Amino acid sequence: MRKLLWAALGLGLAVIYFPLAVVLLDSFNADTTFGWPPSEFTLEWWSRAASNEGALNALWTSVQAGLAATAIALVLGTMAAFALQRYRFFGRNPVSLLIILPIALPGIVTGIALNNAFRTILGIDLGLLTAVIAHATFCIVVVFNNVVARLRRMGGNLEEASMDLGATGFTTFRLVTFPMLRSALLAGGLLAFALSFDEIIVTTFTLGTGMETLPIWIYNNLFRPNQAPIVNVVAALLIVASTVPVYLAQRLSGDTASGGRL
Amino acid sequence: MKNRKTRLAGVLGAGLLLAACGTSGSNSAAPPGAQGFTPPKLEALKALGQPEGELNVLAWPGYAENGSNDPKVNWVTPFEQQTGCKVNVKPFGTSDEAVTLMKTGQYDVVSASGDASLRLVASGDAEPVNTALVPNYADVQPFLKDKSWNSVGGVSYGIPHGWGANLLTWRTDKVTPAPTSWSVLFDANSPYKGKVIAYDSPIYIADAALYLQAHQPDLGIKNPYALDDKQFTAAVNLLKQQRPLVSEYWSDYLKESQALKNGDAVVGTAWQVTVNLTKGEGAPLEAAVPGEGATGWSDTWMVAAKSAHKTCAYKWLDYIISPKANAQVAEYFGEAPANTKACAEMTDKTLCDTYHANDAAYAAKIAYWTTPIPQCLDGRTDVKCKDYGEWTKAWTEIKG
Amino acid sequence: MTAFFYRKPKLRLGFLLSPPLLWLGLAYLGALAALFVTAFWHTDSFTGQVVVEWSMDNFKTLFTDAVYRTITFRTVGIAALVTVIDAVIAFPMAYAMAKLASSRAQRILVIAIMTPLWASYLVKAYAWRSMLSGNGALSWLSPGYGVTATIITLSYLWLPYMILPIYAGLDRLPDSLVDASGDLGARSFRTFRSVILPLTFPAIVAGSIFTFSLSLGDYIAVKIVGGTSQMLGNVVYDNIGAANNLPFAATVATVPVVIMLAYLAAVRRTGALDNL
Repeated sequence: MRKLLWAALGLGLAVIYFPLAVVLLDSFNADTTFGWPPSEFTLEWWSRAASNEGALNALWTSVQAGLAATAIALVLGTMAAFALQRYRFFGRNPVSLLIILPIALPGIVTGIALNNAFRTILGIDLGLLTAVIAHATFCIVVVFNNVVARLRRMGGNLEEASMDLGATGFTTFRLVTFPMLRSALLAGGLLAFALSFDEIIVTTFTLGTGMETLPIWIYNNLFRPNQAPIVNVVAALLIVASTVPVYLAQRLSGDTASGGRL
Repeated sequence: MKNRKTRLAGVLGAGLLLAACGTSGSNSAAPPGAQGFTPPKLEALKALGQPEGELNVLAWPGYAENGSNDPKVNWVTPFEQQTGCKVNVKPFGTSDEAVTLMKTGQYDVVSASGDASLRLVASGDAEPVNTALVPNYADVQPFLKDKSWNSVGGVSYGIPHGWGANLLTWRTDKVTPAPTSWSVLFDANSPYKGKVIAYDSPIYIADAALYLQAHQPDLGIKNPYALDDKQFTAAVNLLKQQRPLVSEYWSDYLKESQALKNGDAVVGTAWQVTVNLTKGEGAPLEAAVPGEGATGWSDTWMVAAKSAHKTCAYKWLDYIISPKANAQVAEYFGEAPANTKACAEMTDKTLCDTYHANDAAYAAKIAYWTTPIPQCLDGRTDVKCKDYGEWTKAWTEIKG
Repeated sequence: MTAFFYRKPKLRLGFLLSPPLLWLGLAYLGALAALFVTAFWHTDSFTGQVVVEWSMDNFKTLFTDAVYRTITFRTVGIAALVTVIDAVIAFPMAYAMAKLASSRAQRILVIAIMTPLWASYLVKAYAWRSMLSGNGALSWLSPGYGVTATIITLSYLWLPYMILPIYAGLDRLPDSLVDASGDLGARSFRTFRSVILPLTFPAIVAGSIFTFSLSLGDYIAVKIVGGTSQMLGNVVYDNIGAANNLPFAATVATVPVVIMLAYLAAVRRTGALDNL
């Protein structure tokens, strides 16, 4: 039985990583049509990728959007987490459903709803800010979940004790609550950033017309013969570079064992 | 408490109010018809000003190459250097995409085919063009000027760019003998079942109608864009019959090129630029206009009414149909150029004959993309034809 | 000032709750409401402008035209199949991770499962496209592009989202229960069926919310590997983009929204929402 389970795990991991290995190999493939198996290897795509303006601009846009959206989500998610975890009030369940909604509803619905709201109702042009607003909306739940899990474990006693000892609310938050929350916030923030970074559907509908985030750049260049190899390089880089934040997020949220997309 | 419920209700109510206020009002112009609609009152530009330094171009793939696809293919950079207008190019795959993108108001010029141009005029997204401000317009083929798809009531709405046909293309190593009829795509017993690739747009229904025009003459189809109930149903049924033969519908010409290269599709409809590209990648491909004729496009460069860069726009219009640039596009894309002097500038002198650039009679035989409307385009007044909304609905049904 | 807040918990609650509620409630819900209101209007197909005339025509088309029923069933079917496939594959993997691996190995394994989530959804779908193509690495399977290819690709894409909640759920399951069940004479399968499965069911359902929801609204993966197939997401996307028919797109969009809301309501009782 144990052997079977280990085998299942091994096989599963192999299946998960096989296409990624193909992508990694193809980024060195000299043949632009990606014939399989690759006959020649080259580093040319990697050097071209480093100077590819489109990819670098897209990367910068993605980073900006991700950071901004994460910042907003951190604030709003923490506030909501405190509200729902520490207080009982009527409508608690609908509110928690509301927080989950942006991520539970199909991305295209969120995308066209926000697009319609920005362009037709508010009459503003799409740009980076509109995309940030959209991303923040579905990132709130990521932070919310992490903070709620941490608050559940924390209890309120330490804060009460701190205030009994004479600290003001703000000092308590600064010296007692925040340090305990810090790792949950970091974990939530990293996951929110990851979510925003790889998001494409909502972004397509809310980003300004000339701009590209990395996923959109990939989508636009996926089929172009001259750019497709560079896309492979970008993808390979993402896989390799992402191990660091993933590891960090794991370390920080280790005790909450937060699972899933959140 | 009550606060929550009322707050929720208030939110929804506010949303509804905003929704009602925000959407643009109903169409107040007369019902649309072939030249029977009244375009919104818009003025063409009176005089050129200073170039604004920026230009957003919405173009068919291959029309505004800036070196990003192939570093050797670039006629945008010379324009930027000459005029100081920095160009951002956005390609689109179907006329519907073009119409939708123009609505964002973020593009200055668009290369519109006949099935987009009148819609843009009617919605007020495109404004009349002052041809006096475009010196190269004088050299445009006379049979392309003031046609029903680029002018309304004698007012010109754009500058002709070029024209061509949607070709039948096939892999010479996988399809033998070379096909001479569209039946290889439509026949239920086609030997290439599962390897056909067709255009992903409701306008493709016209190709089916064109086929029926030749093979089922008792249906009486005269114009593939003017289909009454019976003719339309026949065309739709033909396409439903074709669906099992199709491996993919394409709207991205690069995706089609890849499918043809990999052999996932061996025969289908394509543009010359796709054929050129795929051949360049090493796949043996040929293309031709079969006996039944073909649908095609006659493209017009139009200026956006809401453009903030109209001087750059007019400079682009003049540049893109100048003999040299027009020849470059025509050669790269594979179409007949609109400028009579472009043929002399082509590196391959036989191309103008291949594309029948100077042959007005040939040009008249192609069924150019046009937006279907209820008033039948072939002149019939006793029946109502299907409009584009119904074509779109049918297209979803066809794809299943 | 904090003393003031301390004495008025309701005010504190209001302060904490207002910004997120305004953002999500007013902005997001408002946008959704505005979108679904347009479902009652229609577009002039020639000019492309939305005409504000109230009618149920769009919904009538949605219910009477057979093609939309077909597409809905196909989409729900694909989503359900993907969910089941992922659950079946994820469970043994998660069990091995939670119960058999050492603590250090667990951390590495979780990282190994999460890293591919960063590898761009598009690139993964595209990798499957080239593997399943005529001359690709998996062409001998020859499903071609179509519904099968879509199911395979979607199952692959969402697998980590199913593994992680199940792993978290199994991690929380005390080993002692499994041991006790064995002590009482149950064989592995009985233990699984009567002890492990019921206790981890909320976690499985939590994972299914993602696989189901992501598959329900997806239009990109099916465009890449789906050949001629259409899903609900494609119909919405085509109507918004190509057809410029926002009212009808909104009408079609109500279908996945209603399905997801029903799904969420149904699973709330299983406690899955706490397992996200």
